[in-house]
Amino acid sequence: MSRIRRARADDEERMSGPGRTRSAATHDATGQGHITVERFSAWFGATRALTRIDLDIPPRSVTAVIGPSGCGKSTLLRAMNRLNELIPGASTDGSVRLDGTDIYGPGIDTSTLRQRVGMVFQQSNPFPRSVFDNVAYGPRLNLGASGTELEGRVEQALRRAALWEETRDRLREGALELSGGQQQRLCIARALANDPQVLLLDEPTSALDPSATQRIEELLYELRRELTIVLVTHNLQQAARVSERTVFLAEGALVEAGDTRRLFTSPSEPRTEAFITGRFG
Amino acid sequence: MTSLPTGGYRHFHDELGTLKQRLLDMSERAESLVDLSVEALLERDRDKALAVIDADRELDRLEVETENLAISLLALQQPLARDLRFLIGAIKVSSDLERVGDHAVNIAQGAVRLVDSHAGMPAVPAISDMARRSRAMLSDALDAFIRADGALGRAVGKADDAVDALHDGIFRTLLTHMMGDPRTIAPSLELLLVSRNLERVADLATNIGEDAVYLAEGKQIRHRFDEEQLETTT
Repeated sequence: MSRIRRARADDEERMSGPGRTRSAATHDATGQGHITVERFSAWFGATRALTRIDLDIPPRSVTAVIGPSGCGKSTLLRAMNRLNELIPGASTDGSVRLDGTDIYGPGIDTSTLRQRVGMVFQQSNPFPRSVFDNVAYGPRLNLGASGTELEGRVEQALRRAALWEETRDRLREGALELSGGQQQRLCIARALANDPQVLLLDEPTSALDPSATQRIEELLYELRRELTIVLVTHNLQQAARVSERTVFLAEGALVEAGDTRRLFTSPSEPRTEAFITGRFG
Repeated sequence: MTSLPTGGYRHFHDELGTLKQRLLDMSERAESLVDLSVEALLERDRDKALAVIDADRELDRLEVETENLAISLLALQQPLARDLRFLIGAIKVSSDLERVGDHAVNIAQGAVRLVDSHAGMPAVPAISDMARRSRAMLSDALDAFIRADGALGRAVGKADDAVDALHDGIFRTLLTHMMGDPRTIAPSLELLLVSRNLERVADLATNIGEDAVYLAEGKQIRHRFDEEQLETTT
């Protein structure tokens, strides 16, 4: 058990902040966003959530993670920006490398890591502030941006999130007045404003109607050559529509990973076949 | 691991069972039409030939029904993996079976023309052999598809070589008849068309066998593409 790292969330949180020295892992602004998961296991207390996951996520592509409820999809996603360790009793073994550097290695600044590896959750969670302030929050805090530079960053992020045309005249209005789909795109814009190399999305459309879902999926399609996108979804059709690669997990273990077209038409593993045809799970 | 398909999935799998049964019905009818058409030809039985032409309409109707069911399942259930391969295959198989019916009609129409012409028919025993083999291929191909048996699907493709060889042999036999006695030209041409139609039935059985391989293994073997070639194009 000596290799297992116990989470020290409080310590890490104290380390984070705009004035901290950035580690090698978080310094490399030219990084491609290439994620390599090696023999990675995760526990919550005595409960094992992930078992020796080996996975390569190519840069600037969309990878979908699918599997039955409780299979460890979200845990795997949250392992990629060390969010699990905010849960008391969480521990890990193995490594997750971002452009070659172990993000669980010593001296990694989790705050800066999470700028590079942005995350969008199932429920949109805008701050109860204006549209502008929501997007400006990251650049202000992390980059010290202000004035026209800040305005430019906000506009760029909103444009990249396909939200600019709808909000350009409503920037000072409260973010909570936006529709559910717009709020989710605002959260994506908020993540993009930090100029991340990786965007993690955990069931980002499960609370949205088909039209808003379609907007998000189109947005992911637009962003797929700029960012490494990892998408956890229960919607197999969404995984099939949006991703280039798909990862299937069951009971905390990786069953199959590969090209989405192949996996959804002719999977190699009988368990994958059984899951995506509804014969188990 | 649980094994609890949702109600929706159970309904879907019931519908897949219905679709399989439709294909089996179509296959049974298509095979019997081929049998009846060759009987009509060999026995010079005009009534049997007309019965084939009449019965083909039922096969056409079944094709439309089968295709509509498969399309609605694609739209409503959005199937994946084996289920997707089955539905795509079912649409192709039903179309192939309908074409088998058309070939049986062509043979029956040839039989009617031969009866009406009162011409003597050259003896070509290989026609019966060809009909038997084509029909057996069709039956095996459907079994392969319904049971998702890739090995049987491949075996159907291999059996097609023998039917092609019989077709070549029949052509040479009929050519000899025609060169030897010009009065046999008209009936020989009719028999050549019959042979051609039976050869096409075997080709359609081969297609269904290839669909069975795709269903079972997810591999496209049609047009003799090897998997390496396909990898580079997908």
